[in-house]
Amino acid sequence: MTTPWYKRISEGLTKSRERLEGQINVILDRGPDLDEEFWEDLEDALIGADIGVTAVSEIVERLRDSAARKALPDAGAVIDHLAEELAREVTTEAPDILDETPVTVLVVGVNGTGKTTTVGKLATEAARAGKRVLLGSGDTFRAAAVEQLDIWAERAGVPVIRRERGADPAAVAFDTVAAANEQRPDLTLIDTAGRLHTSPDLMRELQKVQRVVARESRAPVKVVLVMDATTGQNGLAQAREFDAALDVDAIVLTKLDGTAKGGIAVAVARELGVPIVRIGVGESADDLKPFIPEEFARALVGRG
Amino acid sequence: MFQNLTDRLQSIFADLTGKGRLSEADVDAAMREIRMALLEADVNFKVVKSFVASVRERAIGAEVTSSLTPGQAVVRIVLEELTTLLGAGEARLTFTGRIPGIVMLVGLQGSGKTTAAAKLANLLRKQGKRPLLVACDVYRPAAIDQLEALGKELDIPVYRGEGADPVAIAKAGVKSAIDTMRDTVIIDTAGRLHVDEEMMAEAARIRDAVRPDQIVMVVDAMTGQDAVAAATAFAERVAFDGVIVSKLDGDARGGAALSVKSVTGRPILFAGVGEKLDALEPFHPDRMARRILGMGDVVSLIEKAQETMDAEETADLEERLKKAQFTFDDFLTQLRQVKKMGGLGNIMKMLPGAGQLKELADADIDEKQLDRTAAIIQSMTAEERRNPKIINGSRRERIARGSGMTVTDVNRLIKQFEQAKKMMKQLQGGAGGKGRKGRFKLPPGMTPPL
Repeated sequence: MTTPWYKRISEGLTKSRERLEGQINVILDRGPDLDEEFWEDLEDALIGADIGVTAVSEIVERLRDSAARKALPDAGAVIDHLAEELAREVTTEAPDILDETPVTVLVVGVNGTGKTTTVGKLATEAARAGKRVLLGSGDTFRAAAVEQLDIWAERAGVPVIRRERGADPAAVAFDTVAAANEQRPDLTLIDTAGRLHTSPDLMRELQKVQRVVARESRAPVKVVLVMDATTGQNGLAQAREFDAALDVDAIVLTKLDGTAKGGIAVAVARELGVPIVRIGVGESADDLKPFIPEEFARALVGRG
Repeated sequence: MFQNLTDRLQSIFADLTGKGRLSEADVDAAMREIRMALLEADVNFKVVKSFVASVRERAIGAEVTSSLTPGQAVVRIVLEELTTLLGAGEARLTFTGRIPGIVMLVGLQGSGKTTAAAKLANLLRKQGKRPLLVACDVYRPAAIDQLEALGKELDIPVYRGEGADPVAIAKAGVKSAIDTMRDTVIIDTAGRLHVDEEMMAEAARIRDAVRPDQIVMVVDAMTGQDAVAAATAFAERVAFDGVIVSKLDGDARGGAALSVKSVTGRPILFAGVGEKLDALEPFHPDRMARRILGMGDVVSLIEKAQETMDAEETADLEERLKKAQFTFDDFLTQLRQVKKMGGLGNIMKMLPGAGQLKELADADIDEKQLDRTAAIIQSMTAEERRNPKIINGSRRERIARGSGMTVTDVNRLIKQFEQAKKMMKQLQGGAGGKGRKGRFKLPPGMTPPL
């Protein structure tokens, strides 16, 4: 099954697919036996995809179990089963909050994950779908972040609420929500400054922004965490801390267009149950794609 | 979460003391723990494999089997081997002596190149150089504006060329440095996804055009297994000379640094440890090794304490501690210092083992408690802070109202304060002037009283 957009993701995932697929092929080439070496190498391959050692142990354990219970005949059958297991790990029942209307979305994450770019891409996507969009330039810390969002806003043809660099982000959020209450856009996106989840002061600042937005906004307020697909096991700590502080509603996984495997998404989804709603597979405005667990998992193990 | 590696190894080897002999199974169990710790730290699994193999060899050797504490012996070996792998001794940025010296920064998107460029310029200026920043990232919207804003903040000139050809901008930047008597050029390049051949080729073209003295790759400490692929690609295409590890101020254990070093052999030069523009430090392999193993970083903690604590205030406090003249004002000073160091949670994370201890992770340190305690003290008059004995019922009520707390809270704080003072007196009496020991102790009553 190849949906039109699947090709893009598949291309984006090509490298990771080649690598995991390549490793898996090496494993398969050795023969169909389900011996210890097979399980160990499979474990290594999954760890190499950033899924994390704890999650991998459990997944492999379950695969072993299925292999015995369902009498999977050989290595090939187990690998086929793997994609299903991984898909199950990243599947949630939660609806796509970005499809809700109207909605006010606070975009958060650590430094350098691509928040501003994601806000720009989401704005473009929504504007193209005929939605009315309003942006809030809440990253008042990073030099030129406001200018960066301005450029995206201009490209997408959507208005942006801004203040000068160094302004109180909560004040920008307030202005944005006030404008949103008046203009009634379908989607309001508020960018925020990147911050490490270990900085209590900066996390408190973000909580304040959230409080202001929640208090003022007439539209429901959601929080989207932007995560870099190249992130390793620290991604779990990031997701955990942001979720604890802000109650994250959804995750956008960026930079899946490198050799990154984005396996951390599996680890995060299984621990926090927060749905992944979009993946970034390229640098242009339309390279933000919906997240479909089965496709993601199949692309990940090279069984697309 | 997992325990500290030391503790885990200790428990594996617990029954061993006295037996004087390590069984194959003991060693294997230990190696599994080491493998786990390294993988959790994002060290590449292939690097882990070969590392564990070499540690195993030493672990079954005499230095462990003859040790009364084999757990510690293994940890020592792991630390030693890791430190060696990370690069024995400190590596430095070296210039050929040609003027201007040129450093070119490369790295993946979002790794922190632009910030690292500014930090590096700041550091080099401190060393007496006259740097010029050259903005060659013509792709990311406003990247050049970002570098310019950072340069302005530092009062270091930034060259932004005309047009969209980064090679031309780099060349013109170097020429501009000569014209304006700048002796060091730092070139910020576009972030790239290393699969992007076109961008890689561009980095190579910039390199060929300006022939930098040093090409430095910026690696995000939070990078996962992919760090090896990225580093290999950069090593092949632009042949970098050294590495800056960014974002080490978080809780990422930064195994990516080890992966990059061991796969490319390029030394790690600096570590980015904060958002401020002076937060770029020389890289310490030994500390990094401890961090990767989740063993805390006592040296960094002490340095941080020394940095944040006002030397005079501290000396003053010490004197008062000795004489047991500790007042609420001193208490407040200490509270502020703890806050400046990033709060109790942050300090805990740097203590050996503490970061991973289940009990502490669950303890849920209430940072607000510091604020509440400070609020109570701030609602006292100067006289009350010096002489808490005068705080009677009506004063307590006023303090409670002023700080938004209850009288019970105020009572509890005062009681704790008095107890702490009493304890200090006893300590002084017994230990006879060894007040220095109290230097980095947390303030009394810091255990959340409410």
